[in-house]
Amino acid sequence: MTTPLLKVDDLRIALAGDGITYNAVEGVSFEIGRGEAFGLVGESGCGKSITALSVMGLLRRPLSLGGGRIVLDGEEIQDASAAEMRRLRGKRIAMIFQEPMTALNPLSPVGRQIAEMFVLHQGASWREAMDRAEEALRQVRVPSPERRIRDYPHQLSGGMRQRVMIAIALACGPDLLIADEPTTALDVTVQAEIIDLMAELCAAKGTAILMISHDLGLVANMCNRVAVMYAGRIIESQVADAIFATPSHPYTRGLIDSLPRLGERARHGRQRLTEISGVVPSIQAYPAGCRFNPRCPAVTDICRTIVPEATSLPADGLVRCHHHG
Amino acid sequence: MLLVLGRRLANIVPTMLAVVALVFLLFSVLPGSFISGMNEDGRSTIDPAVMERMRKEMGLDDPLLERFAKYVGNTVMGDLGTSFRTREPVTKMLSGRIWPSLKLVLAAMTFAILVGVTLGFLAALKPGSLIDTASMVGAISGLSLSQFWFGLMLMYLFALKLQWLPSFGYGDGGLRNLILPAIALGVGPMALLARTTRAAVLDVLNADFVRTARSKGMSERLVVKWHVLRNALVLVITIVGLQFGSLMGQAVVVEKLFAWPGVGSLMVDSVFQRDMPTVQGCILMIVLFFLVINTLVDLAYVVIDPRIRYR
Repeated sequence: MTTPLLKVDDLRIALAGDGITYNAVEGVSFEIGRGEAFGLVGESGCGKSITALSVMGLLRRPLSLGGGRIVLDGEEIQDASAAEMRRLRGKRIAMIFQEPMTALNPLSPVGRQIAEMFVLHQGASWREAMDRAEEALRQVRVPSPERRIRDYPHQLSGGMRQRVMIAIALACGPDLLIADEPTTALDVTVQAEIIDLMAELCAAKGTAILMISHDLGLVANMCNRVAVMYAGRIIESQVADAIFATPSHPYTRGLIDSLPRLGERARHGRQRLTEISGVVPSIQAYPAGCRFNPRCPAVTDICRTIVPEATSLPADGLVRCHHHG
Repeated sequence: MLLVLGRRLANIVPTMLAVVALVFLLFSVLPGSFISGMNEDGRSTIDPAVMERMRKEMGLDDPLLERFAKYVGNTVMGDLGTSFRTREPVTKMLSGRIWPSLKLVLAAMTFAILVGVTLGFLAALKPGSLIDTASMVGAISGLSLSQFWFGLMLMYLFALKLQWLPSFGYGDGGLRNLILPAIALGVGPMALLARTTRAAVLDVLNADFVRTARSKGMSERLVVKWHVLRNALVLVITIVGLQFGSLMGQAVVVEKLFAWPGVGSLMVDSVFQRDMPTVQGCILMIVLFFLVINTLVDLAYVVIDPRIRYR
């Protein structure tokens, strides 16, 4: 196998509490190949967003990198200086955030916010950068971009704003695009458009995607491989098709069972959507052993004491469960 | 833009009318009058007939409503009445006082903005640092100081001990006489601005779009210059406007202390002598100033924040 574009190895993210340091994320490892789409799935608070932020070098107090390696194109960047990270950010790794309402500066025209990228990374003049911003808006299919570049964010719809965010992120042709719940705040009809646009543009430019979402269905549709996180750990990772066909971790199975599917309920005569009982434990109260054990339908004594090791699955997959399969 | 300005200025009129009514009624229920004040020490020997004639002349015997109608009518025509004390038109007395007051308020506000906003910014960019702690301690002290005491201390240090600056008076109206009263008046708004600016900048630094800016690979300096400054300014300008507007009223104490010939000291003198037309004129002047500044601040919002459009 050639060197992956991004390799995250045994990542640990520390959360400084009152005198105690918690591990908000631990033992997280994954690889993303060039042009590959990789999905990271989990409930709120499982650590997927901060994993992404750590790759960007944007962790802020009380969070900090506790250990592990982040390798971009064969180069370790976990200890890179602020100036070195700045040169990577935007140019080689770009990020799209969840809230297009607040992720754009309300007092700056969107054209200028795109143009900043060309000024920052390619030394363009403002005039030149504005021309290219217009072109970038056209690429993300914003209608009449020549007028829209002068608009302020509040004059655009949520979908349009997310298109602007995509234009900003892809402006300098990054190798990796991190999309942190890019469609969560949008209408369902707009969601599909945005996802398609992102997938299409990235495919055209050979940009790899790290897609972060709580929506397993969305991620499985878009990504080649999917990793499922629970309480700060990756508990299963598989090829996207395989994760639906043969989910190995009880949590993954629970997630898939709880996806609403058209016609499903009638066929099985079920009235209610399946749910995973209980809630994600808070970081102060992570249980010993497997962190899913209080909610697991197949729990046994060993789950309560010993942290399950990773077991290999076909096609580079892995699962962390004492009773997988 | 000009249309907006015109409309906003027109809005001032009803407010002013309400203020005129309030001030007028307030003074009509206060006990004592200019005439009774003349006799207050009980030793004066003014002929009751003379007093009676004066009361008539000044219109103090007329029914309240009639006096009010007359006053409003005259005010609208630009006539604020005649001072009981000097027998001069109030407008003429005021006109000589407005420029010194304006100068003092402008100087105080300039001082407050320059020092306060700068300190607030520096404090926010390095939270927990020495400059942060020092400027916030300074800000709290500045807010709690009484202008009167602080003014005296300034006089003591810079005029009496160091002899750098004149201790009081208007002098030739130059900068040297202006410095001490301006600082005494500006220290309160300065402290408030330092705190507000710090909070505003910290707020903006945590905003999502600042994270976006950082994710673009921008240096912290550019993040602040391109994305933080303007957004923080929107929050700061509210406080600037409020402080600026009320400063003319606050100037009363400082003007009196530094014997500054402004609207404030004229008002204090007139209050002591129950020179109602002059007091009313001064209050109207101060209120008008407040309203005009508020209107200008509203317009400043429109210039800075594209989300705000007045119709």
